[in-house]
Amino acid sequence: MIAVQHVSKHYGHHRALDDVTFHVKKGEILAFLGPNGAGKTTTMRILTCFMPQSEGSATVAGFDCLDQPTDVKRHLGYLPEIPPLYPELTVDEYLTFVGRLKRLTPQRLASRTSHVIDQVGLGHVHHRVIGHLSKGFRQRVGLAQALIHDPPVLILDEPTVGLDPKQIIEIRELIKSLAGSHTIILSTHILPEAMAICDRVVIIHEGRIVAEDAPDRLSSRLRRSEKMSLTVKQPQPDWLERLGTLPGVLNVLPAATPNTCTVDCELGKDLREKLSQFVVSRGYGLLELKPLSLSLEEVFLQLTHQEEDAGPGEFDHHDSSEQPPA
Amino acid sequence: MTPFQTILAKELRCFFVSPILYVVGAVFLFISGLIAHLMTVNAGQQAVRFLQVQNTYAQLNLNELVFRSLFYSLDFVLMFLLPILTMRLFAEERKLHTFELLLTSPVGINELISAKYMSVLVIYLGLLSLTSLTPIILSLYASFHWHPILTGYVALAFQGGLFLACGLLASATTENQVVAAFLSFGMILLIWLLGGLGSLLGDTTIGTVLSYLSFTEHYDRLVRGLLEAKDIVYYLSGIVLMLFIAHRVVDSHRWS
Ligand SMILES: Nc1ncnc2c1ncn2[C@@H]1O[C@H](COP(=O)(O)OP(=O)(O)OP(=O)(O)O)[C@@H](O)[C@H]1O
Ligand SMILES: [Mg+2]
Repeated sequence: MIAVQHVSKHYGHHRALDDVTFHVKKGEILAFLGPNGAGKTTTMRILTCFMPQSEGSATVAGFDCLDQPTDVKRHLGYLPEIPPLYPELTVDEYLTFVGRLKRLTPQRLASRTSHVIDQVGLGHVHHRVIGHLSKGFRQRVGLAQALIHDPPVLILDEPTVGLDPKQIIEIRELIKSLAGSHTIILSTHILPEAMAICDRVVIIHEGRIVAEDAPDRLSSRLRRSEKMSLTVKQPQPDWLERLGTLPGVLNVLPAATPNTCTVDCELGKDLREKLSQFVVSRGYGLLELKPLSLSLEEVFLQLTHQEEDAGPGEFDHHDSSEQPPA
Repeated sequence: MTPFQTILAKELRCFFVSPILYVVGAVFLFISGLIAHLMTVNAGQQAVRFLQVQNTYAQLNLNELVFRSLFYSLDFVLMFLLPILTMRLFAEERKLHTFELLLTSPVGINELISAKYMSVLVIYLGLLSLTSLTPIILSLYASFHWHPILTGYVALAFQGGLFLACGLLASATTENQVVAAFLSFGMILLIWLLGGLGSLLGDTTIGTVLSYLSFTEHYDRLVRGLLEAKDIVYYLSGIVLMLFIAHRVVDSHRWS
């Protein structure tokens, strides 16, 4: 449904996007993750035909963003980073205006307007002037604007920014419910959000894609060792060293409390059984043994900070640590 | 509704809820009324003087005494007022980030510019038509020729249309409304001064070209009652040129 191939974008001498390639299948939700200035908004602006790319090609719903912008725009709903609102219009007037711009017929316009007002929870403010609404409500009006013509492709730039927790959950549910019939790209800084609603995550950093996978597989892909947290009742002074001599154990690190440690094990070997036997046979008193998985936050920080231990060969493509920064 | 009608309706609606229209309208109507009043009083005093000196009712030329000076003063007023009417057209869309909505909707830049231009033109012509009260009321008490007054209104309509097109172009170049207003005022002033420079150079080729480029001689002819195709062509091509450049400007902003 959406195909971005080798897209680059320069602002003068500044390279905002560098050879970005990704695809979104029909009905999928893709999250765009990245720190500030990574190029998320730039990518979305290219996809929505707001600005042209410098190199490469982008197609939406089978139409090329450069050659058939009008067809692309017809199939798109776009929520920009800053909701595009006219403060002097009421919510109703505004949605009617946008609906007409998107070429809805008058009958459909009326039904769609009341429908999206319900969907995003604007029921009791629909007659108010937008300039008098709070930030969260304006964000909802922005979202309603993107949904008004029920487009097959939705591009949402930070859709839940400025909403209260209850509303965030509602909007996430809404976005999830739109998947399947709609293809959605959303950008976010909030990792649990990406975890919660997206089928796939693209992590972008300084204009390059540094990782792309399903949220739960991202963290396992990044691990080069299985980490275990081990808690015992009566540690002996040399227990860490002794643990380290076990076959398959790479490293043992003390943790926050003296009777807890983190055990690095070789990848693919489940050492839980051996570890527990060892601990019990020495009489340390086993209290807890659990595998640790990297949270998406850690994955994100690890990827975007390019720590030296994130060596090459981890990812199928776009490994940035091998190339000097542009 | 077509996108053109949709944007036109929205623009008009935004004008009617913003104070700018009311301020510009009030100032324009007040000044035009005041000038008409002063000119009429002045004409009346001349009539009285004639009566005292010659003891006859002289046939006063109201066209010359009232209307011609009214048209020349209004031209001047428009130079200051119309940039204020046009300054928000594009600058505000940029500021509010609604530009992103417009340019990602299935709407052409042509439709966008023509609808926006049409909205200010409608408002300006509406204001202008209100000033026609002056000749209508005067015609109840005095007689004058209607023909130069009609061509005078044609002149004002085209002159305003040109100023509005300049203002639209200026507004498309910036997101700051004040800058847009000053820029369009500067553009109008420049076109006006071209005429001054042209008449300074006299009958040389450059002089003629410069005079042609300025609106002064075209406006002059229309106000004096001469309705000629070349003047209409001048105004229309000027407006089209300004709107065309505005189109390029709006388009090019996406490429930066
Ligand atoms: N109009 C512009 N002119 C010049 N540089 C720009 C322009 N817009 C964006 N940039 C630059 O391009 C880079 C990417 O910006 P972009 O807005 O895409 O980041 P982002 O990922 O959306 O960040 P954020 O999370 O803060 O929204 C930044 O370095 C930014 O400074
Ligand atoms: Mg952004």
